[in-house]
Amino acid sequence: MAVASRSIPASLVRSGADRRRALIDRLFRSLALLAAVICVIPLFLIVAYVVINGIGALNLDLLTKAPRALGVGGGAEAAILGSIQMVALASLMAIPAGILAAVYVSEFSHRRSATVIRFSADVLVGIPSILMGIFVFTFLVLPFHQYNAFAGSVALAFLMVPIIMRTTEEMLRLVPGDLREASFALGVPTWRTVLSVVLRTGLPGILTGVMLAVARAAGETAPLLFTALGSRLVNVGDWSKPMDALPIFVYTNARQPIAALNEQAWGAALLLLMFVLTINILVRARTWSVRSR
Amino acid sequence: MTTLRQSGRLTSGSRSRWLNADRLFRGGSGAFAFGIIVLLAGIGTLLFISSIPTWRTFGLAFITGTVWNPVTSVYGALPFIIGTLETSLIALVLAAPIGLLTAIFLAELAPRRVAVPVSFLIELLAAIPSVVIGLWGVFVLSPFLRGTVEAWISSTIGRYVGFLAGPSFGVGIFAAGVILAIMILPTIVSISREVITAVPNNQREAMLALGATRWETVRKAVIPFARSGIIGAIILGLGRALGETMAVTMVIGNNTRVPTRLFDQGQTISSQIATTFNEAGVGLQTSALITLGFILLIMTISLNIVARLLVRRVAGDGVGQATGG
Repeated sequence: MAVASRSIPASLVRSGADRRRALIDRLFRSLALLAAVICVIPLFLIVAYVVINGIGALNLDLLTKAPRALGVGGGAEAAILGSIQMVALASLMAIPAGILAAVYVSEFSHRRSATVIRFSADVLVGIPSILMGIFVFTFLVLPFHQYNAFAGSVALAFLMVPIIMRTTEEMLRLVPGDLREASFALGVPTWRTVLSVVLRTGLPGILTGVMLAVARAAGETAPLLFTALGSRLVNVGDWSKPMDALPIFVYTNARQPIAALNEQAWGAALLLLMFVLTINILVRARTWSVRSR
Repeated sequence: MTTLRQSGRLTSGSRSRWLNADRLFRGGSGAFAFGIIVLLAGIGTLLFISSIPTWRTFGLAFITGTVWNPVTSVYGALPFIIGTLETSLIALVLAAPIGLLTAIFLAELAPRRVAVPVSFLIELLAAIPSVVIGLWGVFVLSPFLRGTVEAWISSTIGRYVGFLAGPSFGVGIFAAGVILAIMILPTIVSISREVITAVPNNQREAMLALGATRWETVRKAVIPFARSGIIGAIILGLGRALGETMAVTMVIGNNTRVPTRLFDQGQTISSQIATTFNEAGVGLQTSALITLGFILLIMTISLNIVARLLVRRVAGDGVGQATGG
């Protein structure tokens, strides 16, 4: 704020009307402060409860053991491995696709088509993720009569693409035109200019967007429910079969009326939360420090 | 002569190879960019096609039907539409004023060293996976609400107003609304903050120079200027509330009857899909569930388009891009 915020000096407050105005102003300021405090409270409550309830369940068994086929016990190995595989494959598909789409919009496209593509990406980001699950279900699960991990990865990738595209494009727009012109003046072809100059320069920002998209995908449950389904079996590399994921593990175990399973849900939730918050804190802390420089 | 021509041919040859590589690059990246439009159109088309059997069977009465019964194969969407609207409305009533006040606090009142970390924390709230919030909602928030707010309301006002009467179960429409309020706060705060920040400073300076208080400045100079963007931010929050699935599924109680009271257990469109889609089998029930999804898609897309146009009017292109969904 360039404008200094200062309340009216007491010496100037004379008439009753002025006093009332100052009072309303003070009321407004305190309400705004109160609102900000209320906004921050849920974050601390959620993190605190997940840590307190999850820390006891977060042991070696949870990390390294598969769930028992029957009854209670075992761990979240299937879910952890599943999450890693599906998010990795989704990233493999979505990162190049999102970055290339952004390159087209910022380097090649006409104004109007750029606006349409950008707008579509924004609308896609706003579509409930469960609908992405249904969408992928209709063409990657239904025809084969088999829930499969590949469909889960595709659903996650579809969620990631518009996020990566929008953040990358913002970054590419910040790359100064001088750099491109200098490269062209040296006779470097456009594709080489984009790869070695434009993307190179925007790389830190692009990585930020990519990491946030990965974190988002790792926490998604809804698009996986009708695609990868979840599984009690450890599935490594069989993309045509159902696969578990940490968010699904949390969801299913939370809904069982068995305390031991609920406790495992808290443990897995803590794992998920640590992963997502670590990425977010690292990435955003850097963005903030860049912005405030 | 010959060498010159040769070298000339060489250069032009390599240049055309460059041009080909450029064209390939342009075409390849364009395919992905237009793929985004295709993806959006594909979602709409496929969901619509899968919903055709339902429209054939029930017609528009599907929207107003109050019964959802797989045994008799009668499907009506009204309980879920009501559940969705009711929970989102509760979320909006709770989150819009708090979110807007927070945005004003961050943009107008707080010094940088307060505004930066607070914005950071609010962005972190948006990053928490929905299922984790749901877990907290079902084991911590719902029992708390049942013992405090719900018990108090149903034993006081609830005696006279049927809509607010007990019994309350903790999980239900009201708890889902509260959870949603928490989840849409970051959207409302961050976008309205950006919109408010985009208001030109001379607006404020003119008011302050006339001797206005901060409150008068905000009310008469800042908010009118940012109004459409703030409304856009709130609508974006509403869009997020309508589609939010996991946390709501976990705290709403999963009951397919039309909710008549605030503390009833219910079901939203997305929670109904989440809880019953896998057991539906191939047939009319699946189609009916996808039709619910199609209705939800139309609701969220139209809200999103309206909201983004409103926000763009105030703050330009790049605002709020990764804060949706």
